Amino acid sequence: MSADNEIIFQEKIDAGLKIEPKDWMPDKYRKHLIRQISQHAHSEIIGMQPEGNWITRAPSLRAKMVLIAKVQDEAGHGLYLYSATETLGITRNELIKQLQTGKAKYSSIFNYPTLSWADMGAIGWLVDGAAIVNQQSLRRTSYGPYSRAMIRICKEESFHQRQGYEIMSKMSNGTPEQQEMAQDSLNRWWWPALMMFGPHDSDSAHTSNAMKWKIKRGTNDDLRQLFVDRTVKQADLIGLEIPDPDLKWNPESKHYDFGEIDWEEFWEVVNGNGFCNKERINNHTNAHTEGNWVREAALAYAEKTQNGDLK
Amino acid sequence: MSEKKLPIWEVFIQPKTGASFQHAGNVHATDKEMALQNARELYTRRQEGTCIWVVKTENIVSSSPEDQASFFDPADDKVYRYPAFFKVSKKAKGL
Repeated sequence: MSADNEIIFQEKIDAGLKIEPKDWMPDKYRKHLIRQISQHAHSEIIGMQPEGNWITRAPSLRAKMVLIAKVQDEAGHGLYLYSATETLGITRNELIKQLQTGKAKYSSIFNYPTLSWADMGAIGWLVDGAAIVNQQSLRRTSYGPYSRAMIRICKEESFHQRQGYEIMSKMSNGTPEQQEMAQDSLNRWWWPALMMFGPHDSDSAHTSNAMKWKIKRGTNDDLRQLFVDRTVKQADLIGLEIPDPDLKWNPESKHYDFGEIDWEEFWEVVNGNGFCNKERINNHTNAHTEGNWVREAALAYAEKTQNGDLK
Repeated sequence: MSEKKLPIWEVFIQPKTGASFQHAGNVHATDKEMALQNARELYTRRQEGTCIWVVKTENIVSSSPEDQASFFDPADDKVYRYPAFFKVSKKAKGL
């Protein structure tokens, strides 16, 4: 029975059909999705912190309003993705517990600190830029709810990248101090942004099934290359220099060649030893615990109004 | 600390006046007012709608994908429900 199911399942995938929550799916497909989508959701939620750090110090009212709107979008994106994960039979409470106990990961990029206002530019431009490359590819993922969440997110995400690029281009056309800040920010965020695409395909534990099942639609290395090709030209345009001596145009492959990523640093941060790993999770846990009475009060209020004790 | 689950509500949005409501996703909320407000914050930050419906997920009844073939079978063999089934003279206008 299960063998038949598996054949029908793969035929659907091969035909480009979407899998919906009530459809039969292999256990490993379900597990892979829960891991990947929840990791994505947690990244959106934890990603609010490095930017939230600068809301009170935004240089103008306009910059502040835009940043608040952007951070609110990240919260929304996290919620779309939690909803998609919940369709796979796991509760929101369980997902949050996995994040707080370290069982589930989030993108390591958010474990780097935001040291200057230029970092708001670099995050929007590079971090959201890298995320967009990944998310655009995921609009075609085989799991219906994930695909629909991605379509919604992509529509909203391009404002984020433009917002970041605008900050970078203003600063790199500003005073020498501002130019220096912009370049310093690019220097610090460039390599972590490349790491966002994950290990090389040859070293990635999850790539093969994910491609066969069309959960992922582009490999880590292909998507990373796409991001580099796009971004180099954008940096040139605003007079910033990508911090990679090996970066050069390859006329044969028609892509930019670039230097090797420091994988030791990548794994250190993944394994919890980045600058801000502890702070990020502590903040999340505290906010969640301190908000508990609000949820309890709201539930109690709902019960009372339903029973007619109030109103 | 054990935590209670907040009820889930499905959200339907009418993109403009006169259009059909479309499913947008869901929200967690303790009551209907909170469900509507959360739905507004989550799904209409860019003027995506003119009206929102929320309904508790547990109140939605769905047909099951396994039964798709038999469930929709009655519509399978009734080609006469389509206008192209009927042969009509080309001279007859306005049909």
